[in-house]
Amino acid sequence: MRFREYKFGSRAFGAAFGLSMSITLLFPSFDLAASVSSEAGLEKQLASGWDSGWQIKDFFLEGKNKPLKVLVKKDPKTGEPLQQPVYAYVYPAGISLPNGVTHTANLGRGVEEMSVNEGRIKEARVENGAVFLIEKTDKLLTFEDKPLAYMVNATATKGWTPDDVLKQAADTDVFHVGAGKTMFVREGCWWCHTLLPEQTQDWQVFGAPPMLGDFNGESPTAFGSDRKGPDLLHVGSRNASREWMMLHFFNPRLVQPHSIMPRFDYLWGEKDADGKTIDYAKWRQEYDEYREGKLVSAPDVPMYAKDSEIRKLIDFIVNLK
Amino acid sequence: MLLKYLFAKNENIPAGSAAVFFGFSSIIWFMIGTGLGSFNAAKLAFPDFVTGVEMFAFGHMRQVHVLAVIFGWISMAFAMAMMYITPVLGNTRLWSEKLGLWNCFMWNVALSLGLTLMWTGITSGREYSDFPWPLDLAVAAFITIPLAVNVWMTILKRRTQGIYTTNWFFAASTFMLIIVFLVGNLPEYFHLTGLTEAYMTWWFAHNVLGLWITPVAAAIAYYVIPKVTGNPLYSHRIGHLHFWSIVVFYSTPAAHHLMSAPLPEWLKSFASVEGVLILVPAIAFVSNILLTMQGKWNMFVENLEVRFTVVGVLLAIPLNMQGGFQQTRSINWYVHGTAWMVAHAHLALLGFSTFLEAAAVYLGLQTLMKRKLYSLTLGNLHFWLLLIGFSIYWISMTMAGLIQGAGKIYEVPYIDVVIAEHPYMIARWLGGTMVFSSTIIWLFNMWMTARAGTEVPVGRMPHELAYER
Repeated sequence: MRFREYKFGSRAFGAAFGLSMSITLLFPSFDLAASVSSEAGLEKQLASGWDSGWQIKDFFLEGKNKPLKVLVKKDPKTGEPLQQPVYAYVYPAGISLPNGVTHTANLGRGVEEMSVNEGRIKEARVENGAVFLIEKTDKLLTFEDKPLAYMVNATATKGWTPDDVLKQAADTDVFHVGAGKTMFVREGCWWCHTLLPEQTQDWQVFGAPPMLGDFNGESPTAFGSDRKGPDLLHVGSRNASREWMMLHFFNPRLVQPHSIMPRFDYLWGEKDADGKTIDYAKWRQEYDEYREGKLVSAPDVPMYAKDSEIRKLIDFIVNLK
Repeated sequence: MLLKYLFAKNENIPAGSAAVFFGFSSIIWFMIGTGLGSFNAAKLAFPDFVTGVEMFAFGHMRQVHVLAVIFGWISMAFAMAMMYITPVLGNTRLWSEKLGLWNCFMWNVALSLGLTLMWTGITSGREYSDFPWPLDLAVAAFITIPLAVNVWMTILKRRTQGIYTTNWFFAASTFMLIIVFLVGNLPEYFHLTGLTEAYMTWWFAHNVLGLWITPVAAAIAYYVIPKVTGNPLYSHRIGHLHFWSIVVFYSTPAAHHLMSAPLPEWLKSFASVEGVLILVPAIAFVSNILLTMQGKWNMFVENLEVRFTVVGVLLAIPLNMQGGFQQTRSINWYVHGTAWMVAHAHLALLGFSTFLEAAAVYLGLQTLMKRKLYSLTLGNLHFWLLLIGFSIYWISMTMAGLIQGAGKIYEVPYIDVVIAEHPYMIARWLGGTMVFSSTIIWLFNMWMTARAGTEVPVGRMPHELAYER
């Protein structure tokens, strides 16, 4: 080896690079591993499922292998109306479970014990599917005075099966939040809209910045770096109108003339809610005539079909509370 | 030509073949990458330009532009520089031309495949490491590892006693790139989630710039300026300072990309201080190269390669002044997430680094093909279109970013920021389109150099011959 004369240099390089790796990778990992999942964090990971980027079970990012968020009004087992409707996170059989269920240490101290002991989340099985709820205790999280929330496997504790929950729910009570997050990632919404109100004055407009435990188990976080439109972390609290979202996604200039957002009309697919083929060419022509002042009003935006991609994306967006 | 040599015996392949193919590939990727950039910019300026097609949606194309210029243009130009400069500095031949050719071929295949898939929306959703993990592994296996093997073996088999500055950087960077690439994508192999995933994303993004693009671009200047001007490098010692401060200071500030995320505060403070210390390698590098130019400043005007190199080095000054200070808490809260950052990223990749790589490709292709540049006029046109186009882009985006920052802290309704930025979006598109046009001229010029450039006599360097057109 003719690197003999570089003996000192190569050792110094190893030491410098190794030290740098320790400081930037090893030490932060202790802190990050110690983060305790907040209620928002539990909601995000239960709603978005195992992963929202590319995965083998969702090769083309079509929103496969995703849970459903369901508003439960009646007890799915007994049929009795619930005193207070609850949101359930339904993982039908075969759908990958979120990271916090497969790797419970991910939930953080306190939340892990409660979720495993009280919530019995370790009993959830991919083959049978599971239904999860988020419950709160009287205890407070140590780092902020919020109630400690934990996951509950309602299939084990209450006998709610995914089929029962889905059967009792109207379609308007089923939210494709997880599949919508896949659309958010695939369509690159996060290239322009951050999910990260900054710790400056920013939060007065876009809401509170996320806290340490708000990301546990979420992948990808997709909070973006380059803002060309408003932050969306709490957009559902500012504007939960599905009609507005529908117009805005079809052509943002319908509701905001100065918007530079692309049109996402292609997410409607071929058919509208009535099963009629959407004539995009005609729509665009009429819209151009409207812009030129030849028509008094813009053409109607077709109502999206139940299983269209835009429905999933809107479900995700209005769920960003 | 390429296909013919892929299956030839190593000793039958003419020296420099790999570098020549890398050189032309890089120019073509530069054209593709900037073409996509220009198209994307048009969509930001005129949102109804090409609509209704998923494949031409901004969100599908932005990352293709970014990765095409980083892994296509910049990294292939680096590979070209390495295949050419490393053996020359070791007074030897490239360890394996055949490996180099296969590296080039598989690189083009893997990158075309990866970008096509990404274009359709197949992404990991992580900025700069957008490829899903099977493609990450392909990049490691076909791009980064073969390149490092070739560079390291060439250095080990050198026939000189010492190792010149440029080759320290080439050796260290090819090694660090492998580590950075494999470690930075750990979240995808092992499904790490949450803030760990977010932090690792930016750990990767920071280090791929800091330990790959910046040092290799600088290494090119360390070769081109002494070689073409004939001056020895001003100071070997300052070169040492540059190298070691890159390893120590540039590998640590990854967290400064996430100053507004809920990462541990100690990590952010540490990263921010280390981030300012990036000025140490920067000042060492710039002063060393500019002092090497002493007495030869006429070549800054007369010689195309020197002009490209020196402009790249000069652009490193604003680049590092921005880079050192924009990540401190006192400035970051104002500019983070705005077009300022877009301007800064283009200053680094399209300003500083592209000018240096262009110099390497100009010099390398002429030397290896033993042909004088076909046309100085076209070369000048390339230079000025690139410089003016880049400047328009950089200045307009910086201004837009400052407006956006003001809008952010004064809580202006976001749509007013969009309206205020509109003229700058048009300027950005014009600047980007000028850059794209310049790459077409460059490709033509290099093609004609190969076909019709005057032959450089044996034992002569291309810069010793007068330009003819």
